[in-house]
Amino acid sequence: MSRIKDLQKNLFGGTASNARQSGMIFTLVAIVLLFQIWTGGLTLTSGNLIAVVSQYSYILILAIGMLMVIVAGHIDLSVGSVAAFTGIVVAKAMETYSLPWPLGIALGLIVGASIGAWQGFWVAYVGVPAFIVTLAGMMLFRGGNQYIGNADTVPVPRDFREIGAGFLPDVGPDTGYNNPTLLLGLVACAGMVWREWKARQTRREMQADVAPVWITGIRLAVMLGAIVFATLRFAGGRIGTSLPISGIILILLVLAYSYYTRNTIGGRHIYAVGGNARAAELSGVKLRRVNFVVMMNMSVLAALAGMIFVARSAASGPQDGLSWELDAIAAVFIGGAAVSGGLGTVSGSIVGGLVMALLNNGLQLEGVGSDMVQIIKGLVLLFAVAFDVYNKRQGHFSIIGSLMRPFRREEPPGPAGPASDPDKTLVAG
Amino acid sequence: MTEASTLLEMRSITKSFPGVKALADVNLVVREGEIHAICGENGAGKSTLMKVLSGVHPHGSYTGGIVYRGEQMRFHGIRASEQAGIVIIHQELALVPGMSIAENIFLGNEPRRRGGIDWKASRRRASELMDQVGLREDPDTLIKDIGVGKQQLVEIAKAFAKDVKLLILDEPTAALNEDDSQHLLDLLRGFRERGITSIIISHKLNEIEAIADSITILRDGRTIETLDVKADGVNEDRIVRGMVGRELSSRFPDHTPDIGEVFFEVRDWTVQHPSSAERLVCKGSTFHVRRGEIVGFAGLMGAGRTELAMSLFGRSYGTYLSGRIFKDGEEIQLKSVADAIRHGLAYVSEDRKSIGLNLLDAIKTSMVAAKLSKITRRGVIDPVREYRIAEEYRTSLRIKTPSVDEGVVKLSGGNQQKVVLAKWMFTDPDLLILDEPTRGIDVGAKYEIYGIIQRLVSQGKGVIVISSELPELIGLCDRIYTAFEGTITGEVTRRDADPEVLMKQMTAMKKSPTS
Repeated sequence: MSRIKDLQKNLFGGTASNARQSGMIFTLVAIVLLFQIWTGGLTLTSGNLIAVVSQYSYILILAIGMLMVIVAGHIDLSVGSVAAFTGIVVAKAMETYSLPWPLGIALGLIVGASIGAWQGFWVAYVGVPAFIVTLAGMMLFRGGNQYIGNADTVPVPRDFREIGAGFLPDVGPDTGYNNPTLLLGLVACAGMVWREWKARQTRREMQADVAPVWITGIRLAVMLGAIVFATLRFAGGRIGTSLPISGIILILLVLAYSYYTRNTIGGRHIYAVGGNARAAELSGVKLRRVNFVVMMNMSVLAALAGMIFVARSAASGPQDGLSWELDAIAAVFIGGAAVSGGLGTVSGSIVGGLVMALLNNGLQLEGVGSDMVQIIKGLVLLFAVAFDVYNKRQGHFSIIGSLMRPFRREEPPGPAGPASDPDKTLVAG
Repeated sequence: MTEASTLLEMRSITKSFPGVKALADVNLVVREGEIHAICGENGAGKSTLMKVLSGVHPHGSYTGGIVYRGEQMRFHGIRASEQAGIVIIHQELALVPGMSIAENIFLGNEPRRRGGIDWKASRRRASELMDQVGLREDPDTLIKDIGVGKQQLVEIAKAFAKDVKLLILDEPTAALNEDDSQHLLDLLRGFRERGITSIIISHKLNEIEAIADSITILRDGRTIETLDVKADGVNEDRIVRGMVGRELSSRFPDHTPDIGEVFFEVRDWTVQHPSSAERLVCKGSTFHVRRGEIVGFAGLMGAGRTELAMSLFGRSYGTYLSGRIFKDGEEIQLKSVADAIRHGLAYVSEDRKSIGLNLLDAIKTSMVAAKLSKITRRGVIDPVREYRIAEEYRTSLRIKTPSVDEGVVKLSGGNQQKVVLAKWMFTDPDLLILDEPTRGIDVGAKYEIYGIIQRLVSQGKGVIVISSELPELIGLCDRIYTAFEGTITGEVTRRDADPEVLMKQMTAMKKSPTS
């Protein structure tokens, strides 16, 4: 195996499940570079990056929950309406009863949890398909929003707006940058180094092949470079700006949910249920509880997204959250989740969401009308999934996967070996 | 054999998949009007060969030639081969459950009349075809309302509708009970009389011995030999020798039972069918298992063995009505699968692909799936322990895979079954219920699975084996219960077990006047 091939394999992960995701990372980088050139450098300015984060963080938050819903084999069409409903309830409560903002947020999360419990009950315990339950919820809570708000907008107090429009404070010595953001960047770099080291440690404990140090080095350099670049951009914007608070909430959620879905029993049960519900049940997985929790969690995240949006736009209105569910679902599928459930990752969905966000942003910067933006986004979704379907049918997992194919460890074609009858597996698949 | 009587000749077929050579220089000669069996272990290349023949693997994706009725054939798809009269019936039946028999027979091939479907002709011709295959049903009956044996016949009728000359059956009797299998084999004999040639792929060697005129044996993607059944005096042992390349002195590993006291007991277990309240699937079943004992359950389709097992396993089937379970002298309540696992029960289902495994999982993920708590600390999974445990099982059960990170879907049937066994061994069960543990598995892997079962009982566990193959039960079990339509009808010890005795008890109720 030559060094180049080694590098490719280790940088992008040779495993099939990562292939689509790494393909999407390429796409993301390509989109960024394309627009960076096209817009004459506008895309990667501090101001624009900050705007992108605050404009799309709530969709990405929805994508996290939607990923889990889709992995479990369901769908949630109600998230936009749930977000709007929560927004109006919180805004109204703060206006009418002058509720302090932390209580407002708590109230919003409780509203989300209650709605989630309602929908989860129908899905998990009655057995109504989630498509129907949440289609009903979509109408129900949209109507609820307009009923409570009299189809009018309700403003929210200044403090509350921080979660949507706020920035980290400027503290510490004058470095010309926003210091807390710099600090966050530093923490991120340290975390990345620690993670790489830990991963090598784990592989060594498994007595598996550990990538050569120079490969880890290159990979770390690329990632640290990206973090440092992003940190300087976010910290170096207009005075008073930084990485938005909503972006920080998003990052925390991504880390927490990535960890949960990858490393815990609860997370693994979601994949088990989506992969084969009956097999999961016969392995002792509490099917109903998993379905209930997944649906409920989605609504809580939708409530959070709704509040962030309301905070950003300073008021809750009847048109909030329209077609958010579609953006979130698109992000999840572009990010590599399977329509039939059981496959997909949080990080993939975030990458998928970013592809959509940067596409949107770049086209808007170029003054492309929203009609064209819609058309392009639709085509991107279609082609991303079609690519995957096509490549799966070819027996590869994706373009990247097929490029990587010759570099994967070959299976010894032993007698009656696992791979000596590929037909069987195709039938099974 | 003369050239004139040769219907099909496949010459030095070589077919490669990325990284694997599935077929290497395979030859197959099928004479007109014979029943030709193809034998080989899983992964020997049988299915691939048939896919080459039927055009699933189109011309150009393999090397070698196909001569059929004296002509070179270049099939580019299954439609082309069907037009030539070659019809393949797969193990997984391709019928639409919600449509009628007649609609299924003519699916994609509907008799037309003025732009619409000619329902009258369709029904009439369906009746004719059904007569030919001995299927006595109304052509308007829905597929989901007939048993799997009759569904198989519908598939064959469908092949007849396409004017079949060469019928290929892939594991036709795998899912059938003895009666239905017998009927199907008789049918094939009838086709032979009428000059229809059949190729049959089967793991059931006794059937092959009974029905085939010649046998081609494949091993590791190569033709080993072609036997003429009459001339060569072929018997089962002879076929097995060809398939595994060695003499199997015994089909069961040596094992000296070391049987302890009764530790698991079920009394008056009664369970109602999940959808119809009048039907009972278990009627007051009472049985027990001793430590170190392999207990068999014999029965025909509808005997309620799987239903019994699943209802015991955390009430996973039907509605519990009454009955008690005792373990080590104490009564236990198993209201959920989690309860059952906690009390040391394990159930390996008969259908590993649809309910036994998550086919998206990696091997290691599957193995620990039923008791994740063993490899977690405060809810967090330890990947190193997961990997090590999977590696241990890979070695001890001799699972053939380059890595436990591979997907289970890539494994052959026998290796998949070993993964399922590992999954349940990992839960440290006291009692394992194995439902058809060797279904669809080749001879070599069967032998290994028997060895694993024997190792488990020698550790003092109890094992229940549900199987439709009587020789398997007789060879493996220390004691065998027989069941018929939800009732346990008898109990036979190893010493007294012979197929005739068992078969009588398995069908006993049929002869009684009350039913």
